[in-house]
Amino acid sequence: SRASSAVLARDNYPLYIRSSPTENELKFHYMVHTSLDVVDEKISAMGKALVDQRELYLGLLYPTEDHKIKYGYVTNSKVKFVMVVDSSNTALRDNEIRSMFRKLHSSYTDVMCNPFYNPGDRIQSRRAFDSMVTSMMVQVC
Amino acid sequence: MADAALFEFLHTEMVAELWAHHSDPGPGGQKMSLCVLEGMGFRVGQALGERLPQETLAFREELDILKFLCKDLWVAVFQKQMDSLRTNHQGTYVLQDNSFPLLIRMASGLQYLEEAPKFLAFTCGLLRGALSTLGIKSLVTASVASLPTCKFQVVIQKT
Repeated sequence: SRASSAVLARDNYPLYIRSSPTENELKFHYMVHTSLDVVDEKISAMGKALVDQRELYLGLLYPTEDHKIKYGYVTNSKVKFVMVVDSSNTALRDNEIRSMFRKLHSSYTDVMCNPFYNPGDRIQSRRAFDSMVTSMMVQVC
Repeated sequence: MADAALFEFLHTEMVAELWAHHSDPGPGGQKMSLCVLEGMGFRVGQALGERLPQETLAFREELDILKFLCKDLWVAVFQKQMDSLRTNHQGTYVLQDNSFPLLIRMASGLQYLEEAPKFLAFTCGLLRGALSTLGIKSLVTASVASLPTCKFQVVIQKT
């Protein structure tokens, strides 16, 4: 089973993309790219919502195709996280996905607080970020 | 509690250090030092703008973000809230702190009025940095009429 994660900046360029080894990386890049339209739609809907729909977790992004499920999450700084998991992984529940996003968010915040990190750069933190994402994806698989 | 004292001392030293080694003690050099301080505050503000709202729901509008600065950010850094927030509803906000912690040790009234700006530069950057992370481009300036009261003026830049 496979999973992939991406972190996108406010301006929608990737800060971090990681797929599990067996994954087709180019295909994942494409999926993230198409997810962005949906994410942006949800964000603008949030802005206009009369309902108190201000959650950071965006949930399922769009109908499963190609046996992949895409989830989204956007921070207050409009940094977006996209996760794609195999649909065969039916054991994954909503609250597990939410907690994965929270971990991603927390690690991203740590990266921001690293004085040697220049905001807007690609995330190259090996220990703090990369290893967290790897262990998280292993859990999913 | 110790954090507050540490930050205060660090800030005081930062200002002193920048002023001690002025290769150009004229207004040009002073401006440079103020820029350096503001730049440092900006980077810290960027990080705090990411860390502090982490558990918060999405901000709905600009005013919510300014309120966040006055409450959450100010409490996190200065252990108190901003005393007043005013706006002309056209992108200009005035944040007033009646007993700004970085000025309070100095004096009350008009003594050291001339020195005050160097102790405000970092904080202006802090506000500008947090706003930047939250998607707002701004110009932040500070003014002191009488210590320890100071006003921070935030002017939103339309892109």
